[in-house]
Amino acid sequence: MSKILIVAEHAGGKLNPVIAKCVHCASGIPGAEIHLAVFAADASAVAAQAAQIAGVAKVVTVTHAIHANPLAATLAPQLAELAQGYTHVFGPSTTFGKDLMPRVAALLDAPQASDIMAAESATRFKRPIYAGNAIITVEVAAGSRVVATVRTASFEAAGAAASPAPIEAVTLSATLPTHTRFVSVTSARSDRPDLQTAKKVVSGGRALASADNFKILYSLADKMGAAVGASRAAVDAGYAANDMQVGQTGKIIAPDIYLAFGISGAIQHLTGIKDARTIVAINKDPEAPIFEVADYGLVGDLFQVAPEFEKLISSGS
Amino acid sequence: MKRILVSIKRVVDYNVRIRVKPDGTGVITDGVKMSVNPFDEIALEEALRIKEKGFAEEVVAVSIGPADCQQQLRTALAMGADRAVHVQTDAIIEPGTAARLMHKLAEREQVMLAILGKQAIDDDCNQTGQMLAALWGRPQATFASKVEINGDKALVTREVDAGLETLEIDLPAVITADLRLNEPRYVKLPDIMKAKKKPLETIDPTALGITPVERLKAVKFEPPAQRSKGVMVKDVQELVTALRGKGLV
Repeated sequence: MSKILIVAEHAGGKLNPVIAKCVHCASGIPGAEIHLAVFAADASAVAAQAAQIAGVAKVVTVTHAIHANPLAATLAPQLAELAQGYTHVFGPSTTFGKDLMPRVAALLDAPQASDIMAAESATRFKRPIYAGNAIITVEVAAGSRVVATVRTASFEAAGAAASPAPIEAVTLSATLPTHTRFVSVTSARSDRPDLQTAKKVVSGGRALASADNFKILYSLADKMGAAVGASRAAVDAGYAANDMQVGQTGKIIAPDIYLAFGISGAIQHLTGIKDARTIVAINKDPEAPIFEVADYGLVGDLFQVAPEFEKLISSGS
Repeated sequence: MKRILVSIKRVVDYNVRIRVKPDGTGVITDGVKMSVNPFDEIALEEALRIKEKGFAEEVVAVSIGPADCQQQLRTALAMGADRAVHVQTDAIIEPGTAARLMHKLAEREQVMLAILGKQAIDDDCNQTGQMLAALWGRPQATFASKVEINGDKALVTREVDAGLETLEIDLPAVITADLRLNEPRYVKLPDIMKAKKKPLETIDPTALGITPVERLKAVKFEPPAQRSKGVMVKDVQELVTALRGKGLV
């Protein structure tokens, strides 16, 4: 039988919505018993949210002041200790999970499957390689422990539980290192939806030509209730913040609608959006590769199309 | 001596459009251009800059894999690495094995830093640096976009989902390079000539006490599901009408 431990990423007292997607992934493994682990300075609010996810049998909390700022160096020894009773240890394929899980895998002397897009059984996983240009199926020997990060864009969120799962506080004995210290985090905070989990995303590329011009997209996004993303080219050029980057090395997203303005569609960008339900591409260049994957394509100047689009959706005509 | 260890993985070049073999046993790599993993190039550039600022004295490039990896190590030497270590093996090298080999070398060379690319663009695993840090019992600062050395500490800015996070880490430590850490230098012809004379040591994994193990066996390779090409609309009105019909705007 598979016992699966999922590390519950959270911030500001809120469980990251991608954790419900990790639960969905884990629940595809036959006979899985799924537990969520909450590491926090105060775990109560997050644990209560975690207990509401359908398929979760138990929430385990580990409370320590040092977890006010989650660091792989301090989380890994505790997660590895907690993982002793489990066959599988999962985390989300966010920067948090990508940073933490391999450190845990090494401490457990277990292999890691990164970015799994399907758990075909307790031992078989599918994952993308070569920027998504190939999909590999990998298999771990039966009975050996495995660590994985879950490509959350491949999964719907698990639903709400009929009754909340029990919450259990545990105390661990692992020594926590002091060699790694949190200094600060700066984010271009906005009132817009979170890019990783937004249903609607408006995104811009190098063709925006300046940070100032991105205001056209912010305005449209606010009208639509959408998050704003950007291509690597736009981020490299300084038109958009790094946390807006969509693609192989940025965020991999699966919104209901993705509106790409002036994004040519490099393979690394397409990797980040191929699970979007509907892709809309607006580009001056009719040969832009993004049109090959777009559900709707419009050849045109984004500086005319974006304001007109905003006007039409506001007027209801 | 203050030393920095840098990973140099030989991978299919960034610009090659990879194809899966028809029988599903792998991807086609015959006759395909091979290069240094771009993230490792950034890692090497950062190591060279740290040395040029006087915080380190020697940069050692490491590659693990078959004989051909020496081409990529020569590129690293031409970029400015002082010497190279080739752990020569034809075995499949999983991140766990790479991390164990790098760990042995980090200890043998008594390095102040190990800088690796955050991931390799072939297997896209994003594991080796973190695993090395765990085995070594040292700090990790992954996805770095800025590194400042300050005595026996470093301040590292990391690209995370929330924005930019800064960590202070004690050295020795592991740093993994993200895209915006720097722009690697171009190699000049005289440097290629000079690189031929730089030391390149070849060793067997077993000489470091490590036997490569394969714990995640490849069962099958397949091409990704393709999105079908949609429709081209003639103007914004047609686009809005179509999206409204689907309840998307």
